[in-house]
Amino acid sequence: MLRFILQRTFIMVLTMLALSLVVFTLVNLEPNLRKLALEQNNNRMSQEAVDSWLDKNGYRRPFVVQYGEWLGGVLTGDLGYSTRFRMPVNEVLPKRLGYTGILAFWVLVTMVPSALLIGILSGMREGTALDRILSIFSVATTATPEYVSGILFTVIFASMLGWFKGVSNVNNITFENFTLPVMTMSIYGMGYIARMTRASMSEVMTSQYVRTAHLKGLPFRSVVLKHALRNALIAPFTVILLQFPWLLTGVVIVEKIFNYKGFGWALVEAAENNDIHLLLACSLVSVVVVIGTQLISDVGYAYLNPRIRVES
Amino acid sequence: METINFWELWGGVAYRFWPVWVGMAITYLLMRANRKHIGVFGHLLDSPVGVTGLMIVLFWLFTAVFADVVATFDPLEQFYRHRRKPPGMVELESMIPMYFGSDNLGRDLFSRMVYGSRFVLLIAPSATLVAFIVGITLGLPAGYKGGRTDSILSFIANMILSFPVIVLFYLLVTPGIRETALPNVMASVFFMFPIVFALTVLRSRFSERPGLLFPWSVIILILGGWLYSGVVFNSDPLGLISMDPNELNIFAAVVFASSPGVFRIVRGLTMDIKTRDYVAAAQTRGETPWYIMLWEILPNARGPLIVDACLRIGYTTILLGTLGFFGLGLAPESPDWGSMINQTRGFIRLVPTIVLPQTIALASFVLGLNLLADGLREESLKD
Amino acid sequence: MTEPILEINNLSVSFFTRHGEIPAVMDFSMSVHAGEAMGLVGESGCGKSTVALAIMRYLGGNGRITKGSIRFRGREMTDMTGAELRELRGSQISMIYQEPMASLNPAMRVGLQLMEVPLSHEYISKNEAKQRSLEMLESVRLPDPERIFRSYPHQISGGQQQRIVIAMALLSQPDLLLLDEPTTALDVTVEAGIVELVRELGRKFGTSMLFVSHNLGLILETCDRITVMYSGEAVESGPIKDVFRKMQHPYTQGLLRSIPLPGTDKSAHPLIPIRGQLPLPHERPQGCNFGPRCNHFQSALCDVNAVPMISVNEREHFSRCLRVPEIDWNAPPESSAKSAPMEIGKTILAVRNLSKHYDVSANNLFASGKAGTVKANENITFEAKKGEIVAIVGESGCGKSTLAKILLGLEQASEGSADFEGVDLANIPVESRNVKTVGHLQIVFQNPFDTLNPSHTIGNQIVRALEKFGVGKTPDERRELMLELLDLVKLPREFERRVPRQLSGGQKQRVGIARAFAGKPALVVADEPVSALDVSVQAAITELLTDIQREEQTTLLFISHDLSMVRYLADRVIVMYLGRIVEHGTADEVFSPPYHPYTEALLSAVPIPDPDIKKQHIILEGDIPSALNPPSGCSFHTRCHRKIEGLCEIEIPPQKTLSSEHNILCHLSEETLQSMTSVFRIEKNENKDSFLHDNNK
Repeated sequence: MLRFILQRTFIMVLTMLALSLVVFTLVNLEPNLRKLALEQNNNRMSQEAVDSWLDKNGYRRPFVVQYGEWLGGVLTGDLGYSTRFRMPVNEVLPKRLGYTGILAFWVLVTMVPSALLIGILSGMREGTALDRILSIFSVATTATPEYVSGILFTVIFASMLGWFKGVSNVNNITFENFTLPVMTMSIYGMGYIARMTRASMSEVMTSQYVRTAHLKGLPFRSVVLKHALRNALIAPFTVILLQFPWLLTGVVIVEKIFNYKGFGWALVEAAENNDIHLLLACSLVSVVVVIGTQLISDVGYAYLNPRIRVES
Repeated sequence: METINFWELWGGVAYRFWPVWVGMAITYLLMRANRKHIGVFGHLLDSPVGVTGLMIVLFWLFTAVFADVVATFDPLEQFYRHRRKPPGMVELESMIPMYFGSDNLGRDLFSRMVYGSRFVLLIAPSATLVAFIVGITLGLPAGYKGGRTDSILSFIANMILSFPVIVLFYLLVTPGIRETALPNVMASVFFMFPIVFALTVLRSRFSERPGLLFPWSVIILILGGWLYSGVVFNSDPLGLISMDPNELNIFAAVVFASSPGVFRIVRGLTMDIKTRDYVAAAQTRGETPWYIMLWEILPNARGPLIVDACLRIGYTTILLGTLGFFGLGLAPESPDWGSMINQTRGFIRLVPTIVLPQTIALASFVLGLNLLADGLREESLKD
Repeated sequence: MTEPILEINNLSVSFFTRHGEIPAVMDFSMSVHAGEAMGLVGESGCGKSTVALAIMRYLGGNGRITKGSIRFRGREMTDMTGAELRELRGSQISMIYQEPMASLNPAMRVGLQLMEVPLSHEYISKNEAKQRSLEMLESVRLPDPERIFRSYPHQISGGQQQRIVIAMALLSQPDLLLLDEPTTALDVTVEAGIVELVRELGRKFGTSMLFVSHNLGLILETCDRITVMYSGEAVESGPIKDVFRKMQHPYTQGLLRSIPLPGTDKSAHPLIPIRGQLPLPHERPQGCNFGPRCNHFQSALCDVNAVPMISVNEREHFSRCLRVPEIDWNAPPESSAKSAPMEIGKTILAVRNLSKHYDVSANNLFASGKAGTVKANENITFEAKKGEIVAIVGESGCGKSTLAKILLGLEQASEGSADFEGVDLANIPVESRNVKTVGHLQIVFQNPFDTLNPSHTIGNQIVRALEKFGVGKTPDERRELMLELLDLVKLPREFERRVPRQLSGGQKQRVGIARAFAGKPALVVADEPVSALDVSVQAAITELLTDIQREEQTTLLFISHDLSMVRYLADRVIVMYLGRIVEHGTADEVFSPPYHPYTEALLSAVPIPDPDIKKQHIILEGDIPSALNPPSGCSFHTRCHRKIEGLCEIEIPPQKTLSSEHNILCHLSEETLQSMTSVFRIEKNENKDSFLHDNNK
């Protein structure tokens, strides 16, 4: 078990290194550096002024030196300086991550239980009217990306009905202004998880051990609760955790639509202004989140599935 | 301000789409008549879900083909006097109604939506196709041979997959990147795959029959080389094939982002199919690994791959919309659905309907693809 | 007679699919009396499992009882409510299933799954339920019940899992036990143990049983009465000995004639296949379902109306045949042309000291990657001569398939050599072999559903083989050769354009044979070529294979677990256990004493569908050990009934030569070996004359 976690951590570090190299190369491309220079000074700067500014600030040193410097900083816990926010990345990032954490928390709390419920109800008795309705709902939500549903919800619930606000504020989170972003994100993810749960549930319901349970004379309720459910949840469990990379993109879109200044918003700001260190830090965070959830998903899968667990 | 009523509006819209209706009807009747010969697509006609999906997809396909006939205005033409108007308002000079209203620059939303389908239906399926060829060419050996090939390729694929798509696009699809050679380098690598793939398919099958192998290889090389030079380097000697630099940039980025997913699916399917006896039979009669991968394994993976292709075209559509939504890579006036959503969303308060055509178009196309995939999956499981 | 426990009258069951109604069972009647065991036998798709599930009233979403009644202890079951059914299921009627692994919940400890049964049917405490479960685990003779009680299903072997399913079924002492192919997924020696257990427990608890199986021998050994089903109908039913000795339906007779019995061999008593194939449910013929395949078919009689069950004697013996009185049931079979035994030529394959060891790293999340070695083949030495049929016999994990893979070049040997036509194949992978060797050494696979690529036409698949073997010069010539091959395997030439989906299992296997013989092979490995086929088709495929083999003077390496088939076909037999050859000799030598104790047990375990043959009763303990962790000394000592304490578990036994060609790997002394008696004993019976296989004498 420990060996496995170590192995995964090693892969994670390797991935982070490879990705930071790629990102580093891309942000240090000449056009991107020029963009940075213009953004940091003024847009009408001459070519010579750009060159001298870049020289002065050390962007013209050899790639290896710059990368080594950044890597050294990261290893000692210093993520560098954000040119966009004009303060150390270490001060920008935790705050923004915290805001996004609140958002992600509510998304997961609303999305996961409803998705599982929908999936189980429709997979339990395949082909019924309830199953068909829920399935159509699931397909429709997976087909509607956040930048569509978010805007449609704003039109309906903010512009027309006036129930909620179409803009969120990180400093003043209320039911009124926080519902739409949470709803937008959780509904898009819900369909996918529900479909996976349904597929898994309906497969389990036709399995031979569920037949055994029926033919033992158990009531339908306990067949579902004691025999089907646990086996049916193994597959969606991994799906939910593998949703995290998607959740990150979703966060970026939703934060932009609702002007919620969290991690996603910071990421867009960094990218649009070629804020090298902030962008690198954001990428690293993303990789940690993605691979970390993969790890949890594998461990959890093994925990749920005794066929793997007990063989140690 | 002159307006038309509800019936005139929808009647007019339905009428504008007449070539689309005709196209859909002909396709449907052709499919019905040949249902025995078109495999799983014939069974698809038994599934209401599948037919619904198919019809939606065909609708947008024919809209893209006949956009010039369907649209009422030039998608870029700005009517300064008619900015942000609700649906059903009549443009006064031509007396043609702007069925879905106009955007913030006074452009006709109906026509922009119709032309927007062109961009999506050009890029999404073709990028998916290239991504599939890349994913198949790499996924087959990874699944079949395993070992080191598999470890390295899987590591790279997982690395790309663990990178948030949005960061990837912010880095890969920018005007700055287009000044460098990167998009062309990426495209030149990706477009190499179809040519190599076609040659491998031929060689593995006809190595015993040089009389067939040689001429076909030459034909593929000439055709492939011609397309390649036109698309990647914009230097088609005949001047027929070309691609916008920013479209090429988007194309390369989309292929880059979606081929690892295809790779994973193909790898998994290959690992499953290679345990079958007919693969062992091929091995015992001394077939080459590429023959086994391409002619014994791949044809039997086609069912799940077709389903995945439908879903993936939908996903690519969403991705293209995301690009437009973030204003990445496309010209600001471009009538693609994502950019339209981005440009109009600020005016929801004033005219709520201003965002509807493009959002509903995008969602309906993706929904159609998902339903089609569901129908195909259901029908292929029934056999 | 008292009222039966179960009485089924004119039952019809249909499945409703998008192709419309598909009748699975039609006009089926049967009764099971108290304490009686009823056998339900038939080939795949005949509806026997559907009958069992209909009794349980568990037919899935699209299955429905369309007609008839099922009465359990006098109560009508077809109109019971869900609650009434629940009360019966598991407590008064319980069921044992074909695949024990799949029938147990993988995420739940065995103990809890057992306790559920009494807890849901009786008002007892958890402790009491646990006590009862443990007792039951003991009565199904599982070692260490406490440990098993706490295990998950995947932690125990297949045989043990089936014992748990049996324990679960018997926990609330049901009146009726349904067994749906309970041993089909198990090895023969394990099967024998389970059968013994079921018989004994049935007697102990006085349970009535309905035993569903395709294996006539198994039914004969376990049941009092038998019902034979064909294509959705019962065609014959009656007391077991009557049906076996005086069958009154052409299908039953055909079935028995297509199964090899001990004492028969291919030259003297060829098998008589039933021609044609099972009709698909929606293509059943008018009149008698068996009509098109029947030798006694009479047009304008058999193809007019549906045939009813007719009583043929006073002992509750029924037959669904209109011509019962007219048919001479004792007439010898028609096409029993004897053929001269093959002439055996020079050696073409010589395997010497071949070993194959796999390094297994425990490829698992939680194990620390400790590697073990599986000795799949250990010191294999044998020869095969031109025109000979050499059979390799053994149960799962004995290494017979690994041996085939090495010969075919799909795996490489760790040690030793395999000389074939002057080339040592042991370490040459198939890619590196020349065209001639590849074409001369081919294989017929076990699973017909897997052996042909579903995406290519039959014609193309055979042509491709010809192309790779370098046979034929032009595409036209190869096509002509391909059509000739189709003729050779007795398939119509139109099949050229078919895809595998359109073929039945037997037809696919014929194509597999055609493909294997495309390169005029010198040696064909047949890896259980008929074991996945229905009994009536098996005989036809076996005959085809041996006919071609005889004609082409090919050597056949016949891998099988079916000892009857091996006895019938083989010239020489190799018996393998856990990677080693334990006995090797001519067929006559191996199948008569002295035996290796494992061969002896195998022979005694095989169910034989002949009431006149009595067997010695040798039941091996436990299951086959894992090849990853084989027992010390003689690998068979853990299960051997003749084990010598203090010797067998320590020393690897020596090779003993009993005659010029007969070797065994055993510690037993010369006297013990010589004192062994035959496993089989033929009991002379007054009905003997009627028995089919002796008609030729």
